[in-house]
Amino acid sequence: MTRLLRYALQILAYAGFAAVVGYFSFWPRYEYAEPEDAVVKLSLSHAASRARPCVRLTPQEVAELAPNMRRTEQCERQRVPLLIELDVDGETVLQLSVAPSGLWEDGPASVYERFDLPAGVHMIAVRLRDSARADGWDYTHVEEVVLERGRYLTITFKPETGGFSIR
Amino acid sequence: MTILKRSLRILFARAEAIFDWSFGQLNNPLANLGSLGWFFFWIVAVSGIYLYIFFDTGIIDAYASVEYITHQQKYAGGIMRSLHRYASDALLVVVFLHILREFSLDRLRGKRFFAWLTGVPTLWFIYVCGITGYWLVWDQLAQLVAIATTEWLDTLPFFGQPIADNFLNSSTLGGRFFTLMVFMHIFAPLFMLLLMWVHIQRHARARVNPPRSLAIGTGGSLLVLSLVYPAVSQGPADLDMVPVTVNLDWFYLLVYPLLDVIPGGQLWLILGVGTVVLALMPWAPPAKPAPAAVVSLDNCNGCARCFEDCPFSAITMERRSDGLAYETEAVVNVDNCMSCGICVGACPTATPFRRASVVIPGVELPDHSIATLRQRTLDAAESFDADRRVLIYACSHSGAEALQGDSSKVITMPCVGMLPPAFIDFALSRNLADGVMLAGCAAGDCFYRLGDEWTRQRVAGERDPYLRKRVDRDRLSLCWLPEGSRRRRERALATFSASLAQLPPNPGKRASKRD
Repeated sequence: MTRLLRYALQILAYAGFAAVVGYFSFWPRYEYAEPEDAVVKLSLSHAASRARPCVRLTPQEVAELAPNMRRTEQCERQRVPLLIELDVDGETVLQLSVAPSGLWEDGPASVYERFDLPAGVHMIAVRLRDSARADGWDYTHVEEVVLERGRYLTITFKPETGGFSIR
Repeated sequence: MTILKRSLRILFARAEAIFDWSFGQLNNPLANLGSLGWFFFWIVAVSGIYLYIFFDTGIIDAYASVEYITHQQKYAGGIMRSLHRYASDALLVVVFLHILREFSLDRLRGKRFFAWLTGVPTLWFIYVCGITGYWLVWDQLAQLVAIATTEWLDTLPFFGQPIADNFLNSSTLGGRFFTLMVFMHIFAPLFMLLLMWVHIQRHARARVNPPRSLAIGTGGSLLVLSLVYPAVSQGPADLDMVPVTVNLDWFYLLVYPLLDVIPGGQLWLILGVGTVVLALMPWAPPAKPAPAAVVSLDNCNGCARCFEDCPFSAITMERRSDGLAYETEAVVNVDNCMSCGICVGACPTATPFRRASVVIPGVELPDHSIATLRQRTLDAAESFDADRRVLIYACSHSGAEALQGDSSKVITMPCVGMLPPAFIDFALSRNLADGVMLAGCAAGDCFYRLGDEWTRQRVAGERDPYLRKRVDRDRLSLCWLPEGSRRRRERALATFSASLAQLPPNPGKRASKRD
């Protein structure tokens, strides 16, 4: 009887072990996003203008440079930060100032933002300043979008194709 | 820290008592967590190799190939896939239990830091293997893993451009990053295996295989689970659709729900600091090391028994340096020596029968000399106040000191494996006691790894130095119980004492004071 009980306990232990492994391998379900919402992703990586304009070198200054270092313009490496604003239905939901990458702040500035938005029709306006100007925007994009629940809406930026695109 | 350790120890002791009764001490799952980890690793490796044969490593066809494996080969690839998943989960379960148990038993401090320290990065590799594995299925869960992981990685200041861009939408889907994951899922387990090998380097005869019955039981239970509840994909990944709800593997993917409440950068910080704290546990607080074993070359004949028996590879046999006519001599590596004294128990010169004024064996512990042990044996014999005298040689981790009484005298030492079998013969043949009990840690779970096993083999005449055949085995009791088993140990002593009462008086010659 004791022997049977011991075996029964062993089987129970193995079953319990398998049950724990099996259960937590799948359950409970995880809700990653609100089922009624859509998810908006804004992603861009862009090198802004230089912080100061390049200075044109005189022929004499060019001649003074080592032959392999000669160039016609002297440019500082540092770039200005990117300014980004995103409005949804006239309300600003995102306002960012993103520093350029790199130790000398001479690389592209990158933005990756994700946020939920209720499904439905929305007016999206996105603006970007990548120059040293004091006010105003270098790129703007306004578009009415129809968001379906459970879908991604991605806002990307490519200056070579005209700026922002919403997909 | 001490309270936490004690609480955990009590919890483990209670669970172990039940498992001891049901599985038997040697097959106790909690005493075999490390070897079970190895076993699950090999299940994952073998099933992974099988799956890789049929897996398409391109992001476009990965999902279809996994579906083929799962459904078209239901009883081969399907089971392999499920075993691959469940054994990975089981690996993590036993690894965490292993960490908790070793921590509770204080098997990490002092010179034992090495296994603990090398185990910490192994934990990270397990997670890398698990997360990259889920990525490869390229179903909705994989999509979540890909997006959430790259977003989390982007919170580190290492990446110029967001790597989450690779999974922005279906038009920007980056196959290159996916391929990188395939390589990581292959090479991370190889590095992990290397770390696991390093992890056991200071352990002689490391147990990397669980007892057969345990392997059959755990492997069988995972197989049944695979048949009853096979692992399946959760619909193909679609980067235009949000994976709103998924069935999560909470063992490996707990980090993603955490990212909902803790910002990515802070979570990296918490995990980084947590890892450092975990790695520094062996020095919290630093242990005061006991003096290492010392070799007395005058008494060492280079027999290598100490070298064979040392559980921590702390003894090497090297060319003789003193000109005596032996080929080798034992050399103790002080950094590895845990001062368990098992080498002393293995030394044939560690005998109390020698009549030299001072007994000095070939190797011994400065804090626990054989001469002292001999004297303690004689003193204990003198102090009996009742019949059925039981001399108990106990390891200091067993808690057997509580057995001290009028008819039972306890002599403690770092490990029962330190006791040369000649002492049992000495105690009985000199009529210093009616019976001898060896009280150590639980069988198969010696604090110093192999003390119980070597002692059993020495007593059984299977391992040098043997217990002489003339010793009446009815007068000897081996009691292997975990610390905290006071009642069970008292019962064992009472049973042994009662059995001694059935025997005729000890025929041994009474030792004289001169002895």
